[in-house]
Amino acid sequence: MDFHALFSDFGTETTTGLATGAVFALFALGYTLVYGVLRLINFAHSEVFMLGTFAAIGIWGVLGYTENSAAPGVGMLIVLLVVALVAAMLASGTTAVLLELVAYRPLRRRNAPPLAFLITAIGMSTILQEAVGVGVGRYSTHRNPVGAPVLIKPAVVLSFGNTKIYSYQVLLVVTALVMMYALDRFINTTRLGRGVRAVAQNPDAAALMGVNKNRVISLVFLLGGLMAGIAAVMYVIKIGNTSYNAGFQLGIEAFTAAVLGGIGNLRGALLGGFLLGVVENYGAALFGTQYHDVVAFVILVLILMFRPTGLLGESLGRTRA
Amino acid sequence: MREFFQTIGRSLSHARDWYHAQPWWGRLIVVAVVLVGAVFLPYLGSVPGIGPQIITQGTDWYTALFHMSYYVLLALGLNVVVGYAGLLDLGYVGFFAVGTYAIALLTSPDSELNANWRWLAALPVAIMASVVSGVLFGWPTLRLRGDYLAIVTLGFAEIIRTFADSTTLLRGDRGFSSVPHPPGTKGNGQPLFGDIDARPYYWLGLAVIVLVILAIRNLDRSRVGRSWLAIREDEEAAEIMGVRTVKFKLWAFAIGAFVGGLAGALFAGENGFVNSSTFVLQFSILILAAVVMGGAGNIPGAILGGILISYIPDRLTGIQVFGIDAAQYKFLLFGILIVVIMIFRPQGLIPSRRRAAELRDREKEAAPQ
Repeated sequence: MDFHALFSDFGTETTTGLATGAVFALFALGYTLVYGVLRLINFAHSEVFMLGTFAAIGIWGVLGYTENSAAPGVGMLIVLLVVALVAAMLASGTTAVLLELVAYRPLRRRNAPPLAFLITAIGMSTILQEAVGVGVGRYSTHRNPVGAPVLIKPAVVLSFGNTKIYSYQVLLVVTALVMMYALDRFINTTRLGRGVRAVAQNPDAAALMGVNKNRVISLVFLLGGLMAGIAAVMYVIKIGNTSYNAGFQLGIEAFTAAVLGGIGNLRGALLGGFLLGVVENYGAALFGTQYHDVVAFVILVLILMFRPTGLLGESLGRTRA
Repeated sequence: MREFFQTIGRSLSHARDWYHAQPWWGRLIVVAVVLVGAVFLPYLGSVPGIGPQIITQGTDWYTALFHMSYYVLLALGLNVVVGYAGLLDLGYVGFFAVGTYAIALLTSPDSELNANWRWLAALPVAIMASVVSGVLFGWPTLRLRGDYLAIVTLGFAEIIRTFADSTTLLRGDRGFSSVPHPPGTKGNGQPLFGDIDARPYYWLGLAVIVLVILAIRNLDRSRVGRSWLAIREDEEAAEIMGVRTVKFKLWAFAIGAFVGGLAGALFAGENGFVNSSTFVLQFSILILAAVVMGGAGNIPGAILGGILISYIPDRLTGIQVFGIDAAQYKFLLFGILIVVIMIFRPQGLIPSRRRAAELRDREKEAAPQ
């Protein structure tokens, strides 16, 4: 246990942790929304995210920005970010909705046991991951990572002591907060959001009251996919590359974040995401970077054993959000 | 697609019903014929006509058979956990890893323990280590509901893999070399389990499979098996009726771990080399695919599934599809198979009769959408 490493870089660990946490938080929303409504761990959500990262890098490639391109000017940067966001949200959202239509809806029609849903989710996750990993001929990634252009040069915005805050970190955290607020408003104040809350509370009663259950479920997958698309762009900016299994480890962490905050609880996803991002960094400093990924699992096991409803409590319907 | 699966399924179900309709000596004859067939499977390549088509070309056929034997073992073990007790374990490869590493640590000259045991001496220790790890991991987590349990087991397997990757004791990617083979000499003084001929390993695997099947089958028909059934169908109801759910879930975990560790020990003994790259998550998913494909909760189903997940990739090795070696597509293929089977034939190719009835009951309860 290296306490010196932990305390000497405490500030940096916190800021980078918050930036990672922003990605976790948006990613975790997909798990939380689907779990809140269907009581299903949508295993394939990590691949919804992964396709988003490829869409972002792909669209930049089409516009002529590849791994080795020079950083663009401010105007072009904004255009590139918006285009990537649209592409990634489109890719992730479509994937999520199709996933529900193709894989989960037939199971729901037959009232299949919960295990069947989970196994199907794992199957879909494997299919999407392998399709990208193996590919066909020229379109194969050969399981290698695909690099992204460096769009935002790491510029220091603020610094105190040996802690530096970079521009992209601010961008990540602000985006996560804004999107979270928008989604929270959407679920709590709009008519469609009321439908989501109703189905989460009691699907059968909601259906009897005239809520179109299938449409609500599609909507929930769409929302989760859109958020995953945003998370994907943020991830590509932060990490600078992606690969066919980019979603796997991150998906576990995002799910842990969702459970940590209380699965089915939107604000819980935000809290859990930031908390996990920071705690993981502390853990990595304390025990060595090779155990970075283990921290998430250990936290997950501990919460599930001692407080399975998470910090803010479960359920999309019962509590306020 | 639905019709296709129903046709296959119907003929397999007919075969099952025909088998169960036979008197005891008739069933015995069927089992004996299948067993003798399995023993002579290595010579399939010499059968004129179909033989050379069936055997694997890119992989040595004897080795492919040995692969089948330990995949079948793993499928049988996971079938106890997933099929009988209804606990979704996504980290089954963890037990396989514990068995393999225990053997490697105790026998390999690369090991820091410097124990240099023989394979047979290390075998019981490896199995015990696996069972203990199953109980240790099972005990705190079995109170969790189904889907949470799945995530936590996945986490445990990844923790084991991370430790294998990054601790010096387990040597990560470099691995352990020259793990000794099982003991025994042939008539001419040559070792029975050599480096080249994989047939003895296959026969050893086959013998172990027969023993495991006998044990699991008897357990399934005992009080333990009936408790598993009750837990699978309705855990709360089972608990209210006095079934000690945690105890019997632990039993399922321990037995699954036992078989997993055994398969790991066999694997280490044949392969002679152990490193961390074997124990990836996809491996667990592959075994899960075997159980689901064959028909969860059914021994013949698990055997069929185990054979398929090992035979298909080995058969495809060396064949080019779209400019990529066809064996590369194995996880993609099995992912598709899992989803298609879950949607069109959730009870698997050879379902247990009771399992199929459970699913039909649920279908009746479904509210019209």
